[in-house]
Amino acid sequence: MELKTPLYEEHVRLGGTIVPFAGYLLPVQYPSGVIKEHMAVREQAGLFDVSHMGEVTFRGETALATLNHVLSNDYSDMKVGKVRYGLLLNDDGGVVDDLIVYKFSEDYYFAVVNAANRHKDVEYMKDKILPGTVMEDISDCVAQVALQGPRSFDIIRKLMKEEDIPKGYYTCKEHVDIDGMDCIISYTGYTGEKGFEIYTANENAVRLWNLLLETGKDDGLIPCGLGARDTLRLEAGMPLYGHEMDDTISPFDTNLGYGVSMDKAEFVGKEGLLKRGEPKIARVGLEMIDRGVMREHQDLYSDDRKIGHTTSGTHCPYLRKAVAMALVEKEYAEPGTELIVDVRGRKLKVRVIPLPFYKRK
Amino acid sequence: MSKVLEELKYLETHEWIREEDDGTYTVGISDYAQDALGDIVYVNLPEAGEEIQEGDSFAEVESVKSVSDVYSPASGEILEVNENLMDEPERINQDPYGAWIIRIGNAELSDKLMNSTEYEEFLENEA
Repeated sequence: MELKTPLYEEHVRLGGTIVPFAGYLLPVQYPSGVIKEHMAVREQAGLFDVSHMGEVTFRGETALATLNHVLSNDYSDMKVGKVRYGLLLNDDGGVVDDLIVYKFSEDYYFAVVNAANRHKDVEYMKDKILPGTVMEDISDCVAQVALQGPRSFDIIRKLMKEEDIPKGYYTCKEHVDIDGMDCIISYTGYTGEKGFEIYTANENAVRLWNLLLETGKDDGLIPCGLGARDTLRLEAGMPLYGHEMDDTISPFDTNLGYGVSMDKAEFVGKEGLLKRGEPKIARVGLEMIDRGVMREHQDLYSDDRKIGHTTSGTHCPYLRKAVAMALVEKEYAEPGTELIVDVRGRKLKVRVIPLPFYKRK
Repeated sequence: MSKVLEELKYLETHEWIREEDDGTYTVGISDYAQDALGDIVYVNLPEAGEEIQEGDSFAEVESVKSVSDVYSPASGEILEVNENLMDEPERINQDPYGAWIIRIGNAELSDKLMNSTEYEEFLENEA
């Protein structure tokens, strides 16, 4: 049985096509369609309901030590008001989830995890929490929206005090006031554009959503669904759990080494990573040479030998071409390498190109 | 309420077939189908000259999110494919009854075809 976010009725009212995703009912698109929604984020602004995401808090004297033990990255030099990416690994060095951590004070950290993995993550971390840390899954009380696009700063300015707006990428602020609603805001996102992720108590969600849509109307802000969320992140070369990584794939296999700090004395999964040695595969970007569209889980060949597979693929609305991310044997990861992809029985020519496919100016 | 043209025949899989003046038949997908698919970004066309059996998938229509097979409402020979759809696949969204996909000659129509009234009823009940 699927759950509804606090914004469900709004999506229905706006004509959203509702689909099940990660145990929730969410709009894949609105009547505007995926392409218009994608382009709105690239050219003006888009608003996403991401309330399905998981929020887990870590409080206490040992909160930092807990995070450094349980996650792959080093959080010890993080200042208050910063956000940092990291990975939760299994003993084998494979990825359990990827997440971002916000630091609100020396003894209060706020982690945002993938919706599909929230329960798995909490269960997994439960017995790894150090004494002196309290971990709490507050996902069910927290609604989240993402305001993304070149106009997002202009829009949020109309609703917030200038000094409350996080100015640096991957910074955050707690207890900001938006029209009397207490919110958390970060300059983060999953689209490749400037923008914000805004968290608030469930009871504020509908008011916040409609206030943003109304305020941003003249700036071209439109609501956007999961379809555009996926094409945007893929175009920006951003990984998605279950595609570019999973519990068999290590961060180094999939070019997420920046989320790992091997200098730390210990962390869950470090032994597994050391045992794996140098990665034999790499994550690459691909473009079509022949006509067609690549999707996920399609095999890649070089000289009739399977050397990898696609992990995500689609036609990208802004670039107006089909691209894919893939995991291939390291030797085939050089940009310019030509490979064959099997698209439902058809063997089509593709070329390795650098990631990301799109980078904002 | 999706558009249904009176003069065409339809399959339950939402393809339409039109008898042209010269006795050939053109085939495409209905307004209901293009709406359900969303923005179409690619059409994988067959080659002219190929034989085709009714019920066979002769093309694939790709939207941003997914791929769908297009099934033939008739057996016969593919005389022509609509090359415009290679560069402008979105024509199917804009003009589903004008943007034909293939032209069939020596056609034997499927007995599963519905007329416009039957298709409208089908849409109301099933789809």
